[in-house]
Amino acid sequence: MRDVLLVAAADVSLGWRSALMGVTAGVAVRTTGKGRRAAVGDWYAFTLSFKGVVLEGLEVAFIVVTFGSNQGSIPLAVVGAAVVGAAAVLVVPAAWIAVRGPLAQVLENTLKFVVGVLLGTFWGAEGTGARWPGNDAALLVVIAVVSMTAVACLRTVHRRLVPEATVTVASKVA
Amino acid sequence: MDRLVRGLRGFGAFWWDVVVGGDWQVAIGVVVALAVTALLVDLKAPAWWFLPIAVLMLLGLSLARGAHDVGRS
Repeated sequence: MRDVLLVAAADVSLGWRSALMGVTAGVAVRTTGKGRRAAVGDWYAFTLSFKGVVLEGLEVAFIVVTFGSNQGSIPLAVVGAAVVGAAAVLVVPAAWIAVRGPLAQVLENTLKFVVGVLLGTFWGAEGTGARWPGNDAALLVVIAVVSMTAVACLRTVHRRLVPEATVTVASKVA
Repeated sequence: MDRLVRGLRGFGAFWWDVVVGGDWQVAIGVVVALAVTALLVDLKAPAWWFLPIAVLMLLGLSLARGAHDVGRS
């Protein structure tokens, strides 16, 4: 979340609203470049996808171990995960072919922000055994509070980094 | 040999980026916050409130440091 907000706030050409909507994903592309390396045509896209797959794969591994441990049979959970993983090799590319257009519209910055809100607080606390008042309904309150705080942080940082731009943006918003 | 060292360094940098990210102090802060939350759960005290407050405070402090660094560069 920190990096998302800093990237959004630092982009001089954008107001805080559009920045938070994730238009600044282009900053990362401009920084790392889209050049070819070895047999990979778009190195930035490859790195981003690779990191995403590794991270999600790790999460799946943790979930499998947790479920297996709770049910008293980690080997069985591993076998189940292997079967599902093999199916995923077929299903994920098929899903990509089917919905690659809409997926390309999902903005990286927005995605990171949402994951930060959800993982950083709600499920993080649940993972320690804490119980939220109202159970899953508390997620809506957490999202609202963290989002409002993030917007306030973004405006403050943006104002500090780009004082003159903020005046312009603030006057447009008003 | 150079290639191997570069590869290992890149591999280490990748995992550092995945696990720690842009601010190691936040990473430590989150681990401490999770530990305190787990401790509160263990003590049968209300624990849900601690992590959101800790995350927001860590986010604010890290942003302030980050903005300061970006502003200087």
